[in-house]
Amino acid sequence: MALTREQMAQRVARELEDGFYVNLGIGIPTLVANYIPGGIDVMLQSENGLLGMGRYPTEDELDPDMINAGKETVTARPGAAIFSSAESFAMIRGGHVDLTVLGAFEVDQNGNIASWMIPGKLIKGMGGAMDLVAGAENIICTMTHASKHGESKLLESCSLPLTGAGCINRVLTDLAYLEIENGTFILKERAPGISVEEIIEKTAGKLIVPDHVPEMTFDV
Amino acid sequence: MAGFDKRVYSYEDAMDGIESGMTVIAGGFGLCGIPENLIAEIKRRRVKDLTVYSNNCGVDGFGLGLLLEDRQISRIFASYVGENALFERQMLNDEIEVVLTPQGTLAEKMRAGGAGIPAFYTATGYGTPIGEGKEVREFNGRHYILEESVVGDFAIVKGWKADRYGNVVYRDTAQNFNPMAATAGRITVVEVEEIVEPGELKPDQIHTPGIYVDRIIQGTFEKRIEKRTVHQG
Repeated sequence: MALTREQMAQRVARELEDGFYVNLGIGIPTLVANYIPGGIDVMLQSENGLLGMGRYPTEDELDPDMINAGKETVTARPGAAIFSSAESFAMIRGGHVDLTVLGAFEVDQNGNIASWMIPGKLIKGMGGAMDLVAGAENIICTMTHASKHGESKLLESCSLPLTGAGCINRVLTDLAYLEIENGTFILKERAPGISVEEIIEKTAGKLIVPDHVPEMTFDV
Repeated sequence: MAGFDKRVYSYEDAMDGIESGMTVIAGGFGLCGIPENLIAEIKRRRVKDLTVYSNNCGVDGFGLGLLLEDRQISRIFASYVGENALFERQMLNDEIEVVLTPQGTLAEKMRAGGAGIPAFYTATGYGTPIGEGKEVREFNGRHYILEESVVGDFAIVKGWKADRYGNVVYRDTAQNFNPMAATAGRITVVEVEEIVEPGELKPDQIHTPGIYVDRIIQGTFEKRIEKRTVHQG
């Protein structure tokens, strides 16, 4: 079975380490916050200018001055810091954020990512995504492996306008966990019940398949 | 003493001197920390052909969305737009020129502009449509594009508290783009929730020192919430 959104978030959460500053994008990446492993502490960075994002507010705590990068009302956890957008992107571009998780339309074997613009469709903008991919050394891209019509999103070369060039080295799809190195995808893990053959078939870019590809396991 | 007293007492005085064709830099992220009354005053004055630098363009009927109703904005530099139907329509009809600008680059354009730095190199956007036509340089094996900074004819800013000298503090994430915007206006106007006596704000807690600020006005704010998300249970 392909991974659910929640399972994808769970799998990404295993990459979190104690003491990490983490920026989570909108969509599946946001769900990662629900699966932070017990016994470790991470600080969530929200690029509008908040380090140490907490949970959503109760009705009593609701405050229009307290939002996250998705413009949702949030709280700050104890030990949080709030600052300007310039300061926030200094952290991001300066490589101070330990892990960035974001979604994409396409990723290619050279680590290029396209995530903000589909020509001919309404273009709303890149927000902070271009700064995030340019600044982070450690990025996990979450996406479905193929479109609804079965077309691969892991390509030899992105077809859509790029968000960043040569900046992605890890991808989690609903079918597999892969790394990108020296111009090729490397299959590291597969979703439970998904065959290596199916992943090969749905990966258009160059793919290295090791002899043993472990299956992911989930508690729930 | 009056030389440092930046207070004005009407929004008409606050935006005195704004004219058609000017460049306006606005603080705010989404609807959070936007100078909502200064924007409303720009609407009332019906000035046209404005170039606006702002992360977003408000929503229908509120924030910068108000300035779309009479087509007062001809060009906007923003990182994320189109949350409003009117904006979408004007963008699709080429009635407004949209220069999509990465969020960090937009913030740095304001910061650098206010700091007297005319341009800066950033890796953001290299190899993407944003980098096309821009100067590229390599530093330590990485590619960077040259981005120009901005100084506006006006900067419009929303603070929390200020004193009459124009020292400003912001509240929570309503800070966002406001401190950079405040540095980057030839005329910087700050509207705040409360004007306090000099000395009430701790000098080492000031976000925007008064030297950047030309006018201060106390207002009342609607503070609309764009996405109301609450914790269940």
